[in-house]
Amino acid sequence: MASGKAIDNVYRVTPPSAAKKLRELNYCAHIVHSHIAHFYALAAPDFVVGPTASSKERNILGVIQKVGTEAGLKVINARAAAQRVQQILGGRATHPVSNIPGGVSRRPTKEEADEIKKISKDSVAFAEWSLQLFDTVVLKNKSYVETILSDTYTIETKYMGLVDEKNRLNFYDGVVRVVDEKGKEIVKFAPSDYLSHIAEHTEPWTYIKFPYLKKYGWKGLTLGEDSGIYRAAPLARFNVSDSLATPKAQEHFIRFFETLGGKPVHNTLANHWARLIELLYAAERMVELSNDNEILSDNIRTIPTETPREGVGVVEAPRGTLFHHYKTDTNGIVTDVNLIVATLNNNAAICLSVKKAAQALVHKGKVSEEILNQVEMAFRAYDPCYACSSHSLPGRTPLIINIRNSNGEIIETLTR
Amino acid sequence: MAKPKVAVYWSAACGGCDVKVLDTNEKILDIAAAVDLLFWPIALDFKYKDVEEMADREIDLCIINGGIRNSEQEHIVKLLRRKSKVVAALGACAISGGIPALANLYDAQSILDYVYHKTTSIDNFQGPLPQPEYDAPEGRLTIPKFYDSVFALDQMIDVQYYIPGCPPPPSLIVKALTAFLQGTLPPPPATVAGEGSVCDECPRERNREAKVKKWKRIAQFTPPADTKKCLLDEGFFCLGPATQAGCEALCIKANIPCEGCMGKPQGVTDRGSKMLSYIASLTDASTEEEAKKILNDVVDQAGLLYRFDLPKSLIGGRRKE
Ligand code: SF4
Ligand code: SF4
Repeated sequence: MASGKAIDNVYRVTPPSAAKKLRELNYCAHIVHSHIAHFYALAAPDFVVGPTASSKERNILGVIQKVGTEAGLKVINARAAAQRVQQILGGRATHPVSNIPGGVSRRPTKEEADEIKKISKDSVAFAEWSLQLFDTVVLKNKSYVETILSDTYTIETKYMGLVDEKNRLNFYDGVVRVVDEKGKEIVKFAPSDYLSHIAEHTEPWTYIKFPYLKKYGWKGLTLGEDSGIYRAAPLARFNVSDSLATPKAQEHFIRFFETLGGKPVHNTLANHWARLIELLYAAERMVELSNDNEILSDNIRTIPTETPREGVGVVEAPRGTLFHHYKTDTNGIVTDVNLIVATLNNNAAICLSVKKAAQALVHKGKVSEEILNQVEMAFRAYDPCYACSSHSLPGRTPLIINIRNSNGEIIETLTR
Repeated sequence: MAKPKVAVYWSAACGGCDVKVLDTNEKILDIAAAVDLLFWPIALDFKYKDVEEMADREIDLCIINGGIRNSEQEHIVKLLRRKSKVVAALGACAISGGIPALANLYDAQSILDYVYHKTTSIDNFQGPLPQPEYDAPEGRLTIPKFYDSVFALDQMIDVQYYIPGCPPPPSLIVKALTAFLQGTLPPPPATVAGEGSVCDECPRERNREAKVKKWKRIAQFTPPADTKKCLLDEGFFCLGPATQAGCEALCIKANIPCEGCMGKPQGVTDRGSKMLSYIASLTDASTEEEAKKILNDVVDQAGLLYRFDLPKSLIGGRRKE
């Protein structure tokens, strides 16, 4: 979706409003699918099955065993329905093809639009059911709430996210807003201006870059007022938004901040709760857009007439702000490309979250599998498949903990 | 009878193939019940150690998605090969390199130099490049070595079955797994796909008389929404005739020409050459000069013709390392 918007700008063309609505509808369905997969397959095992359960059960199949096959099927069907919407609107559900410069390549038929309407409504019900489940399993469990609020899983950073003209979260379009550790706005910038605000630092020991706010500069892996380290993804989006644009999600938004002690919330594990509220928001937004008759309009494309040159496209990907920037030759063939992908924004923060959790959980050099999993939970709140943000790393959670004695000698190494 | 043991692994991939395994939806529960799922990094907690401790050939079926781009991936797929009876390559990257393998037009040094020294948001154009081994004050840190090229899985290990697509249609994944469970997989090597080419599954009809005066790109033209009109006949570069069936012509139904993700049809050696001969015969030119002029509109030919299979093509079979 970000690349679609970037090529609109490369060709200097604005899609008609029907095309924008179809794209946002498609994109909200993507958020629904992705948030369901992230929460149920990757986060729920830690809460529903339990953070200290055996690794053999701490997975999606274990979750289904615990909540029952019927509930499991509900989850499977809700995600499948969101994929169906993406297939209708995107051509393919994964790697959609319908975004072309200046619009989309196809509009839904009346029957398809009706099907999307129904799925959207069902998605709202499913999101509410998920929040209910979260309430019962997590929020009503004192020890889980303590875990979420604990210092172990808390770091204070700046936050970044896309908002509309009323400072409300928007996944598809808007301006980038950044707030500080106190929740105060630092800057609001147009996507095309990202290079004035973000730079990337590199280290020889990793393929993953470290984006930071230029205003503060790179001060190393440290936090504080002077640090340029910021976070993106659900929690960050909540911290930069004044409210949510849909009524049901807005109620939960208010309760979220009330429960967690006001804005901004710095508790990393609160990402999971925010993710479910976003699921509800995206579903409600799907209802709004699918009930808009304009999505049946034939006016879905503005044909580009200008010579292609350069363009930036930004969206809120499920796991954070996503920047695509292309320069092309006069044929529109890319000559230069720069991507800052969702989780990458969180790279420095992930390092610091893992460090903090390890320092808090590992005592006297004693580490068990359970403790290691609890350290990993600090990681999973951001992104379960880290390789996708590095473009080059293999797909595993390469967590190795060296336990050293006070002389710095390694006394034990734990890996997963 | 003991349940068959299955493992799923990803290497240089985007995660789309794993999403397609999830997209088998409720069938995944039947599959999970019928097999013993030993290893699946995206969904199950695992350790490499567990694989190392397995007996050789203990895994009955190992499904691997993604190509091979670095030393760790090579190590793991070779390990998995040893521990598995049958290996299936899932998706375009595992089968023929896929999109990441378009980078084979460049070598590792120039890619690393571009990514870490030249991209516009980098703060230090002379900063250090990632090092496979780095001596930090806390000790030696190691990361996988980034190879010069992306390799298809069967350029590294023996592969018995192929399930194509970028991403692969979930129906083919179900078809392959069902055949595996029922013991009806064809003798290897074999591809699990549809019959014929994408044109055979496409609702649009090719007109054998059609001639093209101008090749058009979707950036500047809108393909016809009328699903009777063949996109190729209309002058859009559709790889349908040189692509294996099995996806039900998904993209074309969205009015977008096929980019060839299902791979070349059975029996075709080099799909780029095959496609070029189609294009040449469709082009309406009386002289070679004129033909050249018309074909000039087909820009980025390597990207168009070998988008998913550069390591397997006549032009890109470069092997290093
Ligand atoms: S060339 Fe493309 S549009 Fe034409 S019939 Fe084949 S697949 Fe369909
Ligand atoms: S139409 Fe072509 S590009 Fe699209 S899914 Fe089928 S084979 Fe892949």
